[in-house]
Amino acid sequence: MLQLSKSARAVLVSIVAFIVLVIYVPLLLVVANSFNVARLASWPIKGLTTQWWVVAWESPSIREALLNSVIVALGATFFAGILGTMAAFALQRYEFFGRQSINLLIVLPIALPGVVTGVAFSNTYNSVLPQIGINIGYFGMIVAHATFCIVMVFNNVGARLRRMNPGLVEASMDLGANVWQTFRLVTFPQFRPAFVAGAILAFALSFDEVIVTIFTAPPGVETLPLWILKEMARPNQASVVNVVATVVILFSLIPVYVSLRMSRSDEDD
Amino acid sequence: MTSVLQVPEPPTQAEVKVAAARTPRQNRRGLLWLLTPPTAWLLILYIGSLFFLLITAFWFINPFTSKVIPGFTLENFVSIFTVPAYFATAVRSLLIALAVTLIAIVLAVPIAIYMAKIASPAMRAFLAVTITLPLWAGYLVKLIAMRVVFTENGFLNWLLAPFGISGPGFNTSTVIITLTYLWFPFMALPVYTAVRQIPNSYFDASADLGAKSWRTIRTVVLPLIKPAIIAGSVFTFSLSLGDYLVARFVGGSTQMIGSIIASNINLNPPVAAAFSFVPITFVLVYLWVVRKMGALERL
Repeated sequence: MLQLSKSARAVLVSIVAFIVLVIYVPLLLVVANSFNVARLASWPIKGLTTQWWVVAWESPSIREALLNSVIVALGATFFAGILGTMAAFALQRYEFFGRQSINLLIVLPIALPGVVTGVAFSNTYNSVLPQIGINIGYFGMIVAHATFCIVMVFNNVGARLRRMNPGLVEASMDLGANVWQTFRLVTFPQFRPAFVAGAILAFALSFDEVIVTIFTAPPGVETLPLWILKEMARPNQASVVNVVATVVILFSLIPVYVSLRMSRSDEDD
Repeated sequence: MTSVLQVPEPPTQAEVKVAAARTPRQNRRGLLWLLTPPTAWLLILYIGSLFFLLITAFWFINPFTSKVIPGFTLENFVSIFTVPAYFATAVRSLLIALAVTLIAIVLAVPIAIYMAKIASPAMRAFLAVTITLPLWAGYLVKLIAMRVVFTENGFLNWLLAPFGISGPGFNTSTVIITLTYLWFPFMALPVYTAVRQIPNSYFDASADLGAKSWRTIRTVVLPLIKPAIIAGSVFTFSLSLGDYLVARFVGGSTQMIGSIIASNINLNPPVAAAFSFVPITFVLVYLWVVRKMGALERL
């Protein structure tokens, strides 16, 4: 075990405590401000009210933005789930020339800055596709999101496949199951938890995405982050933004909970 | 090629498993079937879009009608170096991204060592949740949070008021702090995983050989977690480099590469396209270095 002197230990503990405070105090300020009487976020808060929660609950534009976010995230997760799983199987089960390059290709959409991905898709959607008569519209957002979500499913499923026993597949085939039956009854149940974890992370990543969405959303369509951004730019109802932000913080507990459970079950086997 | 005289070593059990898992000869069709859809999606839609973007970067606009005219000019790329504001912004963004990466490393290493090797199991679990949680708390939520901290009537000024000083307000240092706040988990998590994988016997050996804790961290821990630090730095570097909303909302007048791209996307698309290749170049150079060091598998 790492032995530390008393003073070194004290320094380390205070650094850790400082980091934890710095992470959480700002988030708590947002939660507190969702109940702030003042129109603009500030500290200390001037008085408590639930009026912003009522305004947010009754707002049709928030509901519409939320619905769009869910549709886009579900669509992106659907494509990323299929494509990421296929890529994970190809790279884990086969040895071939260019394997490293494919790996890089899958990582690239999240490794490159979002503004680059956004501008590239925007350029294609607005300048290239119309010339061959395609108006991609709403679907363009889903395509762009799916592109950078593939890596989430790919990583999770790939990590699981690496440790799966290939003998089971051979046994299944020897017993007369065809490729599809083997996949459905033997292979898929083994990597299902990793697939679900990857899909949830992909959903969360898409749901939260701002910059690519700015460039790929068709005119007049708002996702929840775009709605928040619009409200931040004209902050006369900033406190409603704090309500939405608080709800987003609460919902973010779901993927964290699931991914923690996944990593725990991974450590068990 | 192995020499004929050399006796080949018997394969380890792990190698046998891998060989069985990757049926190299049979079923090339299966590979093609699996690989084509994801590769086609990424090559046609993504790399294709980047390619068209590169082409657009060589076009120009009619200064009177503001219409994009296909052609060939290096003007847009030249402007990155010749327009002082553009060049300064590119350099500033690079420095900000490097500063964020450096601060994230300096903060991540102690918390990772504490979590993995010193904290009790309960404390470790608590801190693991603590660090993972804000990863999904929402980019804009965190940006709003930092605005409440640094704004005129905000938390930091309230905290510092009794001491007669005030916070930085909205400027470049606030941008660096906010970007570090946003991307810290991307550094902390891989570094934590790497520290956890170091066997405890290494620390015993180091102590037995007379190394004090600082020396052990410097000569044993740091070399072993270097790949994880590099993997984390790809994210902190790239995400900071391309960001412009942080600069817009907590940066005061600070501009980043993304600010120039975003403000030109409708006015002058070729300039926006050319400027997109500044972060691409920075990140590709970075990834190339990382790949050379073999850390890409950890991403």
